[in-house]
Amino acid sequence: MGARRWPIWTGLAVAAVVFTYPFAWLVSASLKPRPDVFDNALIPREWAPENYVTIWSAAPVLTWLGNSVVVALAAAATVTVSSAIVAFGFAYFRFPGRNALFALVVGTMMLPGAVTMIPTYLIWNELGLAATQVPLWAQNLFGSAFYIFLIRQFFLGVPRELFEAARVDGASYWRLFWRIAVPLCRPALIVAFVFELRASWSDLLRPLIYLRDPALFTMPRGMKAILDQFGQAGEARWEVVLAGAVLTTVPMIIAFLLCQRYFIEGVATQGRKG
Amino acid sequence: MARRETWAAYGFLSPWIVGFLVFLAGPMVASLVLSFTDYDVLTGAEFVGADNYRTLFGDPRVRTSLGNTLFYTALHVPLTMVVSLALALLLNRAGRRSAGFFRTVFYLPTVTPKVAVGVLFLLLFNGQSGLVNQVLGPIGPDWTADPAWIKPGLVLIGAWSLGSTVIIYLAALRDVPRDLHEAAQMDGASAWARFRAVTVPSISGALFFTLIINTISGLQTFDEVYTAFYGSANQQTYGSDAALFYVVYLFQQAFQFLHIGYASALAWLLFGIIMAVTLVQVRLSRRFVHYGGG
Repeated sequence: MGARRWPIWTGLAVAAVVFTYPFAWLVSASLKPRPDVFDNALIPREWAPENYVTIWSAAPVLTWLGNSVVVALAAAATVTVSSAIVAFGFAYFRFPGRNALFALVVGTMMLPGAVTMIPTYLIWNELGLAATQVPLWAQNLFGSAFYIFLIRQFFLGVPRELFEAARVDGASYWRLFWRIAVPLCRPALIVAFVFELRASWSDLLRPLIYLRDPALFTMPRGMKAILDQFGQAGEARWEVVLAGAVLTTVPMIIAFLLCQRYFIEGVATQGRKG
Repeated sequence: MARRETWAAYGFLSPWIVGFLVFLAGPMVASLVLSFTDYDVLTGAEFVGADNYRTLFGDPRVRTSLGNTLFYTALHVPLTMVVSLALALLLNRAGRRSAGFFRTVFYLPTVTPKVAVGVLFLLLFNGQSGLVNQVLGPIGPDWTADPAWIKPGLVLIGAWSLGSTVIIYLAALRDVPRDLHEAAQMDGASAWARFRAVTVPSISGALFFTLIINTISGLQTFDEVYTAFYGSANQQTYGSDAALFYVVYLFQQAFQFLHIGYASALAWLLFGIIMAVTLVQVRLSRRFVHYGGG
């Protein structure tokens, strides 16, 4: 057995190095003085934590990180609650047009985001909100097809007798949703929440479209501004850019390590019966 | 009673119905109408018939960006699928606990914002001093400056975030019935024969799903390319158009030049291409996708 296993271990170990090395390099290089940036030593020969001081004074990174936290939390909270409400509608009730409507929900998952990007911008522009952070999360108030699909699967697993018993006791539909379905399906809601948190945290395209005022930038949008300022001028200051990249990445890595079970569960369910 | 229930149902569905009308159906119609106009947001839209579409078919940058995007997708999708499947097969053979550890390791890059991936690309693939070329030595091309090598480099850095595909395959592999494998083994089927006759058909649903989502996302690649090669300070970092991807061009037309009408036509062309590619894939998949009766 042991003899047959070693190719597996070698393969996995090599892949693991390829997948983790860029992180290690990123963090380490962000702590090196400028001439050493391309040096591959994972432990800096000379430490330069002042790169973080430089970026701190060159850009409002604390504001950007704060903006990202607010936007990502708003996006994740709204999409989770609204998708759960809609998912309950599809899971519990039997009504005319249910299957057709649900097929429509699933169908919209295939619609490329680039297609609705322009008219959506025009809507927010008409509403006078185009230059604010509102467009970055407010659409989530209406639920999102993938999360509706995911949460509905969990709601369908709740034994119907539980609902029927509560109905007999005179519970309202809202109560069935809020007091029975939601508590029993908490893992699905957490999956939706952390998924959207990640998506929102990483988004660059929408902040590029909507945000003009640097005080409103999210961290990835700010990161792009740092790169424009320090990376593409005549003399690139990569150590500052790298410190920015670390600040953009590390909060998400921490969130992932804390809730990795939910991230991975969410992905694993995607491939099943889609 | 039943009627009250229907009303309640639609009550629960109302957020999605409103969102669908306001942010999907409405915008689709608006986008189609806009694609027949000349509109810059500041002044009123002017109807120009099919002019935008005519311009689009004669626009060399449309051809360039489309070519780049298709080239990238054609490399990105198979590479992602093959490497992910190899890793998932290895994980499936490793014990549960170690598989859990490596699964986390492989998924980790996918939580890295693409802006940071773009920065990593510029530095790790840097022609003179980047790590990749330090490993490759004199045969290493100039990944970030040589127009012929920009897209292959982007494909490689893109493959770094294939973790979700690995996890989807692993979940599917765990659902493959063990007895099928054992039966084939008893019949003396080789490992490769079992892989082709048992494993691949059993996970064909997952293969098909990842084919579709990786293709759609490949065709819409934006963040890392825009980060590495385009900026507000300078329209373009490098002289060549090797990194002009379709959504980058669409974004420039719409939000930098405010050619809203033209950009809407570009969006519809993209929509058409994605629909066509997806339909072809769905058609072809009917031959090889088996949904197990389980």
